[in-house]
Amino acid sequence: MNTILSGKAWKYGDYVDTDVIIPARYLSASTPEELAPHCMEDIDETFVKGVRKGDILAAGNNFGCGSSREHAPVAIAGAGISCVVAASYARIFFRNAINVGLPIFECPEAADAIEKGDLVEVNLETGAITNITKDKTWTARPFPPFLRDLIGAGGLVPWVRRQLGISGAEA
Amino acid sequence: MKHYTMAEAIIAAHSKDPVEAGNICGVEVDFAFANDITAPPAIKEFAKMGAEKVFDAARCAILPDHFTPPKDIASAEQTKISREFARQQGMLYWEIGRVGVEHAFLPEQGHVLPGEIVLGADSHTCTGGALGALATGVGSTDLAAAWTLGSTWLRVPETCKVVFEGASSPWVGGKDLILAVIGKLGVEGARYMALEFHGEALSALPLDGRMTMANMAVEAGGKTGLFIPDEGTLAYVKARAKRKYSPMLPDEGAVYAKSITIDLDRLEPVVALPHLPENVKPAKECGDMAIDQVFIGSCTNGRLTDIEQAVKILKGRRVHDRVRLIVIPASYEVYSAALERGHVRDLTEAGAVVCTPTCGPCLGGYMGILAAGERCVSTSNRNFVGRMGSVKSEIVLAGPMVAAASAVLGRVADPREV
Repeated sequence: MNTILSGKAWKYGDYVDTDVIIPARYLSASTPEELAPHCMEDIDETFVKGVRKGDILAAGNNFGCGSSREHAPVAIAGAGISCVVAASYARIFFRNAINVGLPIFECPEAADAIEKGDLVEVNLETGAITNITKDKTWTARPFPPFLRDLIGAGGLVPWVRRQLGISGAEA
Repeated sequence: MKHYTMAEAIIAAHSKDPVEAGNICGVEVDFAFANDITAPPAIKEFAKMGAEKVFDAARCAILPDHFTPPKDIASAEQTKISREFARQQGMLYWEIGRVGVEHAFLPEQGHVLPGEIVLGADSHTCTGGALGALATGVGSTDLAAAWTLGSTWLRVPETCKVVFEGASSPWVGGKDLILAVIGKLGVEGARYMALEFHGEALSALPLDGRMTMANMAVEAGGKTGLFIPDEGTLAYVKARAKRKYSPMLPDEGAVYAKSITIDLDRLEPVVALPHLPENVKPAKECGDMAIDQVFIGSCTNGRLTDIEQAVKILKGRRVHDRVRLIVIPASYEVYSAALERGHVRDLTEAGAVVCTPTCGPCLGGYMGILAAGERCVSTSNRNFVGRMGSVKSEIVLAGPMVAAASAVLGRVADPREV
């Protein structure tokens, strides 16, 4: 797995809720292919048209607040976003992102300084976030050991398989 | 000896790990459920996990409530996937006509009990805190793991103690109390925390009102909103419980991360203005804020007490010519009781439409979607941009008394104005 992610930044403010990440009118679907074309459309119509694979999403406080819909991180990853850097996350979104394998980082300073269009590099292993455009580096808050284990296992599905004593990747 | 908050006490009773705020603990799960939107992805992940049977079919459930009765072909397919999986697993599933909005229905059925850990693939699972359960929302993959293992991980939450002082006026209900809390804490003031509600005045608040309050803990960022089970609660659950349970209480001397006080003597009927539940303001200070629709229902305010409060204002009056009033009892138990007591007739005579139990309009599903430029007073829980329809529509959150008064006057109104 590539440990350095690099892409252009999309920037949003505080309290980006799951209703705008993926509106309920699309919840009769659940695959990344079906959800991604509608990601963020209620707050930013340009997002889906402009986002490129590998881009990074930066946002303020309480990112992903609201509904428990796992469709939100699935839509974000499906749209091509490689990771999210936010000042803080709502708790259910935080769990969901880790579970579905969307890398997320909590770093208020980086989230604040990143502007739309900046080139940003994130080291998945060290949590170093570098704003290439602004020539600045920050380090995200480290995850507790249990979550590092969960992320290291590749998410919750492989972690549960391990608990069940099932070897190998899922079918 | 460590003095536990209520959340800590419940986690300690379910875990072998050291219980301290901030720690991550493995915990046994007493009950785990999903709905017609969150079940299909959970079923897919369950298969990927290599699981064959849920850990205990009597403790795992799927409830069709969000887009049911199915609003279109895609939601009919999702319901079908849910139903077939539930049948194949022998787990709990209730068909439409015998179900309700999950957070209203499950307590009625005795599936959310004091002292339990309840996981639901829905953010408003925290409603169960009204009964003294550490009930909290998770996503579909977490729920699939709980169905598989009968356990999950929880970060032990810090607790915010919310103390109510004084006595509330009869025009103030559970919704006004919780909006006052969210207005004070802000939408992330209790992020990752448990709320623990205290105060003499709460003993006068019916269980329905407590459910309204616990339901919205998540709107302050909370993991759950806990009430200490009192005699009334214990009598309610005793008559309904489907399993054995042990109520848990907070210890004297427990340490709280935060504490706030709400003065009920001064609390007036309030609303939360667009587009955040923290934008709280007295209803009478909203000026001439014209409305197009009123929705009374949802897992927040679709119970019998809520309908009774609305009827008290609407009986013998007419809904304003310009306004559509949609009332949705949150379960068939509520619907039947409303029918029996004549409330459904009172509502229809006032000019309301009374629909079948569903989450429907609360999340912009169906049965009351808003067009651009429209404004709705809603007894639901979120007034985010586009939540009930067009991104150019507006939602004003309120309790059933404010909602009913607003329906009559055609503008956001205090119930004492009618």
